[in-house]
Amino acid sequence: MMMEVRLYILQRLSAVVMAPLVIVHLMTILYAVRGGLSAEEILARTEGVTIWTVFYGIFVLAVSVHAPLGMRKILVEWAGVSRAWAGRLALLFFAGLIFAGGRAVLAVAGVLT
Amino acid sequence: MAQNNEDMLTVRVWRGADEGEFQSFRVPSRENQTVLDVVTEIQRRQDPGLSYRFACRVGVCGSCAMTVNGRARWTCRTHIRSLSGGPITIEPLANMPRIRDLACDMTGFFDKWGKAGNDFTSARSRQDTPAQVDPLSPQRKQADAAIECINCGVCHASCDVVKWNDEYLGPAALNRAWSLVNDERHTEKKTTLEAALGPGGCSNCHSQGNCMAACPVGLSPTRSIAGLKKMSLLAMIGIE
Repeated sequence: MMMEVRLYILQRLSAVVMAPLVIVHLMTILYAVRGGLSAEEILARTEGVTIWTVFYGIFVLAVSVHAPLGMRKILVEWAGVSRAWAGRLALLFFAGLIFAGGRAVLAVAGVLT
Repeated sequence: MAQNNEDMLTVRVWRGADEGEFQSFRVPSRENQTVLDVVTEIQRRQDPGLSYRFACRVGVCGSCAMTVNGRARWTCRTHIRSLSGGPITIEPLANMPRIRDLACDMTGFFDKWGKAGNDFTSARSRQDTPAQVDPLSPQRKQADAAIECINCGVCHASCDVVKWNDEYLGPAALNRAWSLVNDERHTEKKTTLEAALGPGGCSNCHSQGNCMAACPVGLSPTRSIAGLKKMSLLAMIGIE
């Protein structure tokens, strides 16, 4: 099957995964923030907690798939970027999200300390 | 004929090709009058050089679509009294090159029908008996819901994705593809589906529904495209 359709479905499926996770993510922020959203403050209470490692592991993966695909479409449709270049920029964005998000997840897992 | 000032319509008509300007005409207002009547009256009585396209005048052929007050419409079935009043602005359809005045070049539009794999292919010849198709089968109902398209180009002109993305096949071509993949007589379903799922295909649709809102015959290309998307998902997980 054509690549465009695969990417389209991948974006929709990642949205399905993200929908409940985003709700939990936002509720957690509203409920649990005490002294601001600093890395130290958050890690002090989440480091080594398996459920948050798994939760944000999935979350980061879904976001890293979903957001670059959306950005790719916006670049093609609204910014007139060719599909080839939009694809390259999306890959770069994907790599950035996986790096930053993966680093955060590893920190929660307690691997980075 | 009513000639009082208040019984006259002010009509701004696009003159020229992609480069051009509006020209104002005053046309008598009549009891029962369509936008096509107004255009025809201008051409017959005031400016024989005005170019526009029409054929049947009764909403069957799909030739006379134009942009009226900013919206794509079939002009033969758009009554002047259904417009909001005030000056009437008439331009060619959007998203297609303008040839002259109110006529646009629909070559690209029809080329996209071909690119969407929209040639019907049958396993039967004219010597065979006609296929027996159950009109109540779910598949035939899907095809029937999409089949009354008159190729007027109104949905194509109303679609933002067509405007943004040259590659996008557009709602009319994909609606036709949907009617074909649901036609049990069509032998090249795979070819049609592959084209409809290709780079310019159904996955580009944003489901804004402009095509559905603008379609003069009440079809929903949005629903047809959603059907193709669903089919693409099923095909991806191996159910065809």
